[in-house]
Amino acid sequence: MSIEITGVTKRFGDFVALEDVSVSIPSGQLTALLGPSGGGKSTLLRIIAGLEYADAGTVGIEGLDATHLPARKRGVGFVFQHYAAFKHLSVRRNIAFGLEIRKRPKDEIRHRVDELLALVHLEQFAERLPAQLSGGQRQRMALARALAVEPKVLLLDEPFGALDAKVRKELREWLRRLHDEVHVTTVFVTHDQEEALEVADEIVVINEGRVEQIGSPDQLYDEPANDFVMRFLGPVTQLGDLLVRPHDVTLTTGADDPDAVAGRVARVVRVGFEVRVEVSTGEQVVLATMTRTEFLRLGVDAGTTVSVRVVPGAPVVPVSGSSVRSGLEVPAR
Amino acid sequence: MAERQRLRTRGPGRFVTRAIVTAYLFLLVAWPLWLVAQNTFADGFDNLRGILDDPDVVHALQLTVVVAVVAVVINTVFGVGISILIVRYRFPGRRLLNALLDVPLSVSPIVVGLALVLVYGGRSGWFGPGLEDAGLQVIFATPGIILATTFVALPLVIREVVPVLEEIGTEQEQAAQSLGATAAQTFRRITLPAIRWGVTYGVVLSLARSLGEFGAVKVVSGNVLGETRTATLVVEEKYLNFDQGGAYATAFLLALVAVACIVVVSIIRPKEEPR
Ligand SMILES: Nc1ncnc2c1ncn2[C@@H]1O[C@H](COP(=O)(O)OP(=O)(O)OP(=O)(O)O)[C@@H](O)[C@H]1O
Ligand SMILES: [Mg+2]
Repeated sequence: MSIEITGVTKRFGDFVALEDVSVSIPSGQLTALLGPSGGGKSTLLRIIAGLEYADAGTVGIEGLDATHLPARKRGVGFVFQHYAAFKHLSVRRNIAFGLEIRKRPKDEIRHRVDELLALVHLEQFAERLPAQLSGGQRQRMALARALAVEPKVLLLDEPFGALDAKVRKELREWLRRLHDEVHVTTVFVTHDQEEALEVADEIVVINEGRVEQIGSPDQLYDEPANDFVMRFLGPVTQLGDLLVRPHDVTLTTGADDPDAVAGRVARVVRVGFEVRVEVSTGEQVVLATMTRTEFLRLGVDAGTTVSVRVVPGAPVVPVSGSSVRSGLEVPAR
Repeated sequence: MAERQRLRTRGPGRFVTRAIVTAYLFLLVAWPLWLVAQNTFADGFDNLRGILDDPDVVHALQLTVVVAVVAVVINTVFGVGISILIVRYRFPGRRLLNALLDVPLSVSPIVVGLALVLVYGGRSGWFGPGLEDAGLQVIFATPGIILATTFVALPLVIREVVPVLEEIGTEQEQAAQSLGATAAQTFRRITLPAIRWGVTYGVVLSLARSLGEFGAVKVVSGNVLGETRTATLVVEEKYLNFDQGGAYATAFLLALVAVACIVVVSIIRPKEEPR
């Protein structure tokens, strides 16, 4: 294990930002800290980096107890959400900063910086100031700067949060490829479940200062530990007392099935390739999604009576607390 | 930079506003200063030559420069330190400290002078007798003049640096630390370059203020000719003794240096750099 966090608690005044958090982050992998805003993701990342200190608990990095180590001795690279570029230094000097601090020979620095500039595709911008770069370019510069000192772990706080959707998507694919090349243990914070599912090897779901679940994207999606994880990772709908993914709800006409619930189609919405069918079962409205082909084969329309059931084997989670919530939910983004 | 956008008003309103501001500045600042210059050169260079040939005046000018430079150095070092303390750290009494820093600007310099005499006075001050026994005379000597000048110009660097520090935030400093920089390296390589224009402007203002200090210095210096008489005291002395030409010439030199500092900084300060 590369990063061992045990029993970490962090308070800001009376407010508990992290409560007894324990996480093991494996070496050489790309791990996502996923959770809603204010959940404590940045706080945890900053505690790992030594930019913040825990009130209780320990932090181990590569087998070393780092709980009280200052940031500069931890060997971590940190990439800030808003880049934290050194505004008065050129791109080249920004990237060289950590090496200059370490008093490496000039030749070695130049060589290494050239390599990194190529890695992040910023060769032609080497002499520019950060103010003369686009957001995505600045973010890549920040990444190269963090990688220059060959950190044991690389920490990224919402690395693509401030970028538009297209650049964001490009950069996360690029990050994945980069990670496959460089193989440094990487932890990145995101509140976008799609980003986490697409890029990460391992996901840690954090909510209100607690870890809700740790697992691979498949585990999280297929075996959510609780209704929070279920809701956060994708669209859900409610059938009886169970939360289920809308694409795991099937509709049949005619045949009476002992497990199925009878209902009436309330509304049909088509969005591109997907058809969303809302079925009223009396006390609930259940959402089922299917492809257009499936929908045409089914041959229903508003007002048709149907049987609703969950696909056998599909992940379901019992609704905790009050069960009188609407059956229609999409994840918060 | 949003705050740099100006309201674009059209029509006569704009010209009237401009005319009022110009007239105001002209009557209050430019015209009186111009008159000082005019009086200085009323007899060609005679007045200037007169004071520069007087060894006591030359000594006073040298003393003023030494005092101003030392005071500026002290105020710059402590000013930057205090600014960082106020902006970057939270500690009990921080707000009080912040309020206290404006005292030197609001209290009359003559009060400052009297207060310093009470503390450092050679006969009855709190520290004075002890220091004097140790061989250091403060009041009626150069250290007292430096102390008084430093006190009066204390907030100027801080008031210039604090907003800049607040604006740059802590992320760059944290990034430097996570890249392995010590606190000293972070300060020298990241913080200092980021606040350099604030510091420069603060230094220039302090220098101008220190050169021109009169009230506090008058109380603590003892005004001994050729020893503790500074340039501003020379101006007063000459003026009261009806040597108006000498008074204007000295005043002109003082104003010239101060104005020159500010003009030079306004010219070299890069346009896009926010304060
Ligand atoms: N320095 C601080 N002082 C007081 N409260 C803080 C401080 N830093 C964080 N918090 C609080 O701790 C909680 C967790 O903050 P954190 O920044 O870790 O959230 P996050 O999960 O990163 O959220 P986001 O996705 O919005 O960045 C928030 O409620 C925040 O208000
Ligand atoms: Mg955050």
